Amino acid sequence: MDSTIIIEKGVFIVIIFAITMLMAMYSTLAERKIAAWLQDRIGPNRAGKGGILQPLADGLKLFSKEEFLPDTPNKFLFVVGPAISMSVALMTSAVIPWGDKLHLFGRDIVLQATDIDVAILYVFGVLSVGVYGIMIGGWASNNKFSLMSAMRAASQMISYEIAMGLSIIALLMMEGTLSLREISANQSGMHWNVFYQPIGFIIFLVCSFAETNRTPFDLAECEAELIGGYHTEYSSMRMGFYLFAEYASMFISSTILSVLYFGGYNYPGMEWATQNWGVNPANIIGIVVLFIKICFFIFFFMWVRWTIPRFRYDQLMRLGWKILIPLAIANILVTAVVMLLLQ
Amino acid sequence: MLTTVFYILSAITLASAFLTIFTKNPIHSAIYLVICFFSIAGHYLLFNAQFLAVVHIIVYSGAIMILLLFTIMLMNLNKEDEKHKSGLTILAAVASFCLVAYVLLAAFIKSMPILEKGDYYVSGEDYQSIKVLGQVLLDEKNGFMIPFEFASVLLLVSMIGAVLLSKKEEKISL
Repeated sequence: MDSTIIIEKGVFIVIIFAITMLMAMYSTLAERKIAAWLQDRIGPNRAGKGGILQPLADGLKLFSKEEFLPDTPNKFLFVVGPAISMSVALMTSAVIPWGDKLHLFGRDIVLQATDIDVAILYVFGVLSVGVYGIMIGGWASNNKFSLMSAMRAASQMISYEIAMGLSIIALLMMEGTLSLREISANQSGMHWNVFYQPIGFIIFLVCSFAETNRTPFDLAECEAELIGGYHTEYSSMRMGFYLFAEYASMFISSTILSVLYFGGYNYPGMEWATQNWGVNPANIIGIVVLFIKICFFIFFFMWVRWTIPRFRYDQLMRLGWKILIPLAIANILVTAVVMLLLQ
Repeated sequence: MLTTVFYILSAITLASAFLTIFTKNPIHSAIYLVICFFSIAGHYLLFNAQFLAVVHIIVYSGAIMILLLFTIMLMNLNKEDEKHKSGLTILAAVASFCLVAYVLLAAFIKSMPILEKGDYYVSGEDYQSIKVLGQVLLDEKNGFMIPFEFASVLLLVSMIGAVLLSKKEEKISL
C-alpha cells in the first residue's frame, strides 16, 4: 500500500478522534448551560470566562477521584465494560464523510477515513455492539439495580434498532446505495432527504434518542427507581468513560442524522462556490456547514431532554413495537408504490 | 502479511471456541462466543466479503448473542445448575452437527460453479459488492430467488409462531 495514503488517513483519523473528543467534552458544558438557560438559571460560570474551562475541571476531578472496585467476582469484565462503550462510540466516525475533498500538497484528499461499500450497515453493526458495554458493565457490578438498568438499556436498544433499521430502508430504496459518501453526494442542490422522507426522518430521530439512552428514553438511568443506573458502582474515570461515551454517541448520532437526512456537507450554492472560489474554500464552508447542522442536532437532543419528562417503561415499549415499527413498514410500502408509479 | 492476520484470527477463533465449551460460568462462555463471532467476521473480511462480515456482526453479535446474554443474566444460572446429559442426547447432538456440516460442505462445493458461470466473473466486477450480491440473490434463472424467498417464508412462520407462543394465556376461539 502507498505509504502516503497511510500517513494521510492516519492524520485524518487522529484529527477526527480529537474533534469527537472535543465535541463530547464541550457537550457536557453545553448541556449544563442549556439546562440552566431553559430553567432560567446561569449555569456553571466559575471556571474560566463564562465557564469555558468547566469540562477541563470536571475531567481533572474525575481523574483524581479514588478508583473504587466493588466486591465482584468479575473484576476484568467490570473494567472492560466502560472501555467497550467508549471504543464503540468512537468507531462509527470512520465511515462518515465530513466533506467532499480538499486539494492540498498537489493531491486530492478525500475527507473520509474510509469509504466502504456497506457504510450504513457498518454503522448499524457498531450500534448493535454498543449494548455490550452497558450489559457487561451492569452485570459485572454485582448489584441488582445495575443489572436491572443494564437489562432495560439492552431491551430498549434492541427494540428501537428494529424500527431504526426499517426507517432507513425506505431511504435506501430511493438512494440505491449503502455508501454514506454517495448518499451525501446525491443530496447536492437542496435535494435533502428530509423533504422526501419526512416520516422516515421522524422515526429515525426518535430511535436515535432511544439508542443514545437520552431523555425521554433514559430509563436505564432512572434515578428514582434505579439509583444511578448501570454505572451505580463505577467511580472515577471509569464512570467518566460511560458519561463520555453517551456524549460521544450523541455527537455521532447527530452527525448521522445530518448526513442521511439533512444533506451532509451540502449547502445551497455549493456548486457556485466551487466554480467561483475554488475547491478548497467551498469544501471548508461545507465542513463548517456540516458542523453547524451537527451542533443544531446536539442542541435539539438537549432541548428535548430539559423539556419532555421521562416515559414509563411500558409506554416506551408500546411506542417502539406498536407505533414506530408499523409506521416504518407503512413508510416502506408507500415509498415503494410512489417509486413504481413515478418510473 | 494477510497470512499472519489469518493465523492470528484463526488462533483467536479456535481458542475462544474451546473456551466457550470448557468455561463453567455461562456468562463468560457467552462472552467467549461473542469474541468467536467477531473473529469469524474477521475471516469474512479477509475474503473481502464486507457485506457478509457486517451482517454476521449485526445478526449474531448484535442480536442473537445479546438476547442470549439477556436470558442467562435474568435466569441467574450457576454452575451447580448444570444438568448431567445422557448419552443419547450427546449422540443426537453429534449426529445433528454432522448433518449440518454435510449440508454446509455440499453448499460450498455446489456454489463454486455458479460463481464461475456468472457474467460478473468474466467482466471482472467486484463480485462481493452488494449490487452483485443483490442481483444474484433475486435472479430467477441462475440465481437464488427461490431459496431466498423460502428463507423469508420460514422466518415469517417462526415470527408468527413466537407471537402465538407469547400470547398463550388468551383463549383462541376457532
